[in-house]
Order: sequence, then C-alpha cells, then structure tokens
Amino acid sequence: MPRAPATAAPLRRRAAACALLPALLGGCVGTGVQDVLAPTGPQAARIADWFWISYALAVAVFVAFAAILAYGLLRARRRERRGEPAELPPSHGRGLVIWGGIVVPTAILLTLLVLSAYTDRRISRLGRGPGEHPVTIQVVGHQFWWEVRYRDPANPHREFTTANELRVPVGRPVRLVLSARDVIHSFWVPNLHGKMDLIPGRTNDLVLQVDEPGVYRGQCAEFCGTQHAKMAMLVEALPPAEFAAWWERQLRPHPTPVDSALARGHDVFMQNGCGLCHSIRGTEAHGSVAPDLSYFGERRTIAAGTLPNTRGHLGGWISDPQAIKPGNRMPAVPLEGDDLRALLSYLHSLR
Amino acid sequence: MTAARGGARLAAGAACALALAGCLRDLDPYLDEGRRHTVAGGEPGAAPEAMRRYGCVSCHTVPGVRGADSRVGPPLAGWSRRRFIAGRVPNEPDELVRWILHPQGIKPGTAMPDMGVSDQDARDIAAYLFTLR
Repeated sequence: MPRAPATAAPLRRRAAACALLPALLGGCVGTGVQDVLAPTGPQAARIADWFWISYALAVAVFVAFAAILAYGLLRARRRERRGEPAELPPSHGRGLVIWGGIVVPTAILLTLLVLSAYTDRRISRLGRGPGEHPVTIQVVGHQFWWEVRYRDPANPHREFTTANELRVPVGRPVRLVLSARDVIHSFWVPNLHGKMDLIPGRTNDLVLQVDEPGVYRGQCAEFCGTQHAKMAMLVEALPPAEFAAWWERQLRPHPTPVDSALARGHDVFMQNGCGLCHSIRGTEAHGSVAPDLSYFGERRTIAAGTLPNTRGHLGGWISDPQAIKPGNRMPAVPLEGDDLRALLSYLHSLR
Repeated sequence: MTAARGGARLAAGAACALALAGCLRDLDPYLDEGRRHTVAGGEPGAAPEAMRRYGCVSCHTVPGVRGADSRVGPPLAGWSRRRFIAGRVPNEPDELVRWILHPQGIKPGTAMPDMGVSDQDARDIAAYLFTLR
C-alpha cells in the first residue's frame, strides 16, 4: 500500500513535465530574425494564423483520440473484472467508426482545405489592385549569392544593382521579380512570407510587405549546390523617407579616391582583375557575374550572409575564399600585404 | 557491498590521478620550458567570441575556437611555445597585445590588417593564445 503514492508521484511529475514542454517550446518561438512564428508583415501573419489553426486542430484530434483510447482500455479492464468478455461484438461501436473515422476527419480536412485556399487568396491579393504601384525589385539567384536590382519603370536612370541585402520601405507592398542565372534557388524570409522558387528561364513574383522597421534574415530554401547552406540574405526595412534617401544615395557614382591609401586600394582592385567579375558604379569595374560592390562599405555581411563585414573577415575572404566557402566561384587573389590592406580600406570606404 | 568496492576503486583512481598530476607538475618547467605567461587584465574565456567577431578566424586556425580553420595566416596552435611574433619581436604578453592592436607597428608590410580591436579584447585574445600549449 505505501508503494502506490511513491510510484504515482514521479508519474504525475513526469506528466506535468510533458505538459510544460509545449509551453517551454512556446517560449522559444516568436523572437528571432528568421522565424516563421514571428510575422512582421500581413503575408507572414496570415501564414502564421493558418499554422496555429492547423496546429490547434491537430492537438484537438490527438487529445480526442487519446481520450477514446483511454476510455476503451479502462472499460475493457472493468468488464474483465466483472467477468464479462473484454472484447465486444463487431457490431458494437459502428457509430464511432462512421463518425470518428469518416465524418469528422472529412470535415476537418475540408476545413483545412478551405482555410488554406482562403489564406492563399488573401495573400496573393496584396499589391495587385488597380492603381497600386508596389516597389519593384528584381532578385536573381546565383550560385551562391543574390543579385538585387532596383527597378524604376518611369526612369531607367534611377535603377541600380546591389547584392545579398535588400532594403525595402516599411508599410508599402514590395514586388519581388524572381529568376535564376544557373540552377533553381528559393527565396525565403520566414518573418515576411512563404517560399518562392527562382527558376532559370522563367520569372516568378512574390509581393510582400514589412510592417515594422528592422533586419530580417532569409535563406536559400532549395538545394543549389555545395554552398547552399551559406547562401543567405538580409532584408532591412526602413521608414519610407529613409528608404527614398537611401535610393538617392545609391545613384551617386564613386569618384576615384583622392586619399593616397584609398587610391592605392582602388588601383589594386582595377589592376588585379576584380572588375572583370564585380562592378563599382562610377569606376571602370563593370563585371556582372559577381556581386555588385558599389556600396560595399554599407553591407553588414560578406559572402551572402556568411561572415560579418569586418576588416579581418574581409581580408581572410579575399585571400582564400575557398577556405571559407569551398566551391564558390571566387578565386583567391594573391596580393602583397600592403596591397591587401589598401584594398580592404578602399572597399570599406565605398559607402 | 558493491558500493563499498566501487568507492575503494574510485579512491584508488583518484590517488593515482593525483600522483600523476604531481609528477606532471614537477615536469612542467621542462615540458613548456617555463613559459607560462599571464596577460594583465586578460580574460581568456571572452576570446573565442571576440576572435569570431573581428574575423581572426577567417585567416587563422585556432584550437578551441569554432570556425577557425583557415590557412591564410599562420596556425596559432601551441602559441605559448612560440619564441617570436611575426619573426620580429619576442613573444611576450605586451608585445602580443601591441601586435594584435597594430600589426603594422611591428612589421610594416604585413598582410595582417588593423582590425580596430579594443584594448580589452586584445588583452583577452592574448591571454587566450598564451593558454595554447
């Protein structure tokens, strides 16, 4: 007799711990910069709503199923104790099979189907109404980085290209026109929207809106080669006035630097063939197969979200990109120490 | 019964380990040639995060620092046994801090850039490197 409470207590404690687990998990979500459950735009909010509804339904189904199972087991035991056969005739409980096995599951699945279609409709309407002019940004996937072109249909002279970091205005629909140069990639910034593939030879589009200023992280979501995991991007949402000012700044070409150290870095860049792949507006560097470096000094990261954009990391990256991202397209550039340091200063002065 | 035997075995093991540690301590000056530097105000535990932040890890292989496996610059394993920094100055704590803060000041022309390391971070990093044997 005294043993019964001793075993019951740990069991109860374990049950309590199990019940706490979802609550603890709940504490982890909704805080990150790359987090489906921390939506910061109407699209992601609707996707999150849909997720929580289907999650609640799944939990309800699980609880109901566990309750029916427990009831059956207890009843069988009770019947056994009374000396009745534990198994009931097959005709018994046909109602449960029809309702619990056919009617209710069909209703739940239909509900999910309707909700899913409804969510999709609500999501795809943003920024597509008559008279709406969303900001249009073309995103081209490359192995293993993102080319970002800002479009101005009214004036092509106001267009410019950047890479790996998108800046968007807060509270305004942004239309992303997605394509790929080499293989299939997928654009996914979980805080803002669902995934959309970038496919060579065709264009997809995705309209999103960010409601709060901040920096959100995205990740290529379709395996695209050896460095797929190191193909990330940042999306920074700016208040509209700041966004407009940023756009204006991007249009300024870079004059050849006057400062002797920076001028040396500029010469190192031009003389070592960097400009055959990269471009810097206002200079003779017009390459288009690698990220545009026009305002490289403003970037937070290098190598598509792989490393923080510091002098140390940049020096290591230029000296041996294959050590950091094996299989990426950038070759190591052998430079003398003074030239390397001048180049670092020059690249970080581009802002 | 079994608990008592286990305890005895544990005690014997502990005694052995202590004796061995004692021997090793006696040998220490010969093993690492007495080079046991401390860096004033340096907290080695803070160094790995700082080395990732500034980007040391993009050029150097550093034991115990995640992501530090590049070969652009010299690997820093066994740093406390190094005699020279950059082949120029003796490997002493103050010199190492000076090197981390401003490599050009010690070896003009070196590829290692100034990374804008703060004085405290430089001390932490130096302290960490001197723990590498």
